[in-house]
Amino acid sequence: MAELEVDVVAADGKVWSGTARQVSAPAADGDIGILAGHTPILSVLREGPVRIVPAGGGAPLAWHVDGGFLSVDDNQVTVVVDSVSEAAVAATAGH
Amino acid sequence: MAGQQRVYKARIKSTQSLKKMFRAQELIAASRIGKARDRVAMATPYARAITRAVSAVATHSDVSHPFLVERTDTQRAAVLLIASDRGMAGAYSASVIRETERLVQRLESEGKQVALYVSGRRAVAYYTFRQRELAGQWSGFSDSPTPEVADEIANELLDAFRAAPEEGGVSEVHVVFTQFVNMVTQRPRVVRLLPLEVVEGVAPVGESDALPLYEFEPSPAEVLDALLPRYVRTRIYANLLQASASELAARQRAMHTATENAEDLIRTYTRLANQARQSEITQEISEIVSGADALASS
Repeated sequence: MAELEVDVVAADGKVWSGTARQVSAPAADGDIGILAGHTPILSVLREGPVRIVPAGGGAPLAWHVDGGFLSVDDNQVTVVVDSVSEAAVAATAGH
Repeated sequence: MAGQQRVYKARIKSTQSLKKMFRAQELIAASRIGKARDRVAMATPYARAITRAVSAVATHSDVSHPFLVERTDTQRAAVLLIASDRGMAGAYSASVIRETERLVQRLESEGKQVALYVSGRRAVAYYTFRQRELAGQWSGFSDSPTPEVADEIANELLDAFRAAPEEGGVSEVHVVFTQFVNMVTQRPRVVRLLPLEVVEGVAPVGESDALPLYEFEPSPAEVLDALLPRYVRTRIYANLLQASASELAARQRAMHTATENAEDLIRTYTRLANQARQSEITQEISEIVSGADALASS
């Protein structure tokens, strides 16, 4: 199965980058889940958690973001966030 | 004559302590410049993602946005000047200020009123000393700008651009900053920030793979609405980072030159002091000899 190339970037640096099986994010009209082969989309993000299931089966990653946007294009996912809170990572990583 | 020697000694001493200061400043600048360049590199992925997204929206939809169209209802223009907080950086601040003055003159000759926004204590001092009115000022971060201050500046400029003409709205926003070309060259640059011209990073159209047809969530207009302020913020942040790297490079070079000049001075004064000592000795000998001569002949 094809995989997603994911970049999570904040204003002051790259937060995470790698391959993933699934990305879920709080899009404007409700949470959006992205798998490989998703149609190209540009979406505004609300405040909420961004979750990534890494390829090769690691523990899922999660960040709490307070807005940004998401673009998907040819299995290339870019999550651009204003700021991520590291504190929420530990809290939600257990999911 | 002994006075002369003492004067030289004092000068050598003070020049030596100055030299130490210059050297320290040079080393500080040199160590910070690496960090500043790292920050530029760290901000690049974000800037690239934003630019890509903006050009995607701009090419895929024909929505118009206030940030993209020229305003004709007001003759005011905003100029953001990015200079340094501290001196000791050679002509760094002076050259951006000169560039700003040139831009202001050009805008005024086009019949526009200029609202100045200034960042950096040196430039603020320059304008307050001349009693020129500033529309906004920021200082205290010129060698390590954060995304937060970029936000603050961007919000103020965007508010001015969105404001109604009678509330001091501006029809265009220019930024004057110093571009970091490399360690030896930093160039003052003027760019027009608003209305936006999205040209950077647009993938060349007409190549093998056409740009994908994006779906916009919730709508192209709203995506653009969320993207453009971020885009402006990113541009300002990038400019601040460039300016800080330039400032540090300019400071390092200026302090390096100052250290060398101090060394030259110390060398010159040491020679003069030696000369003074020598001539003092010569004089004393000749005084003793002539004294002895006078005693012998009497």
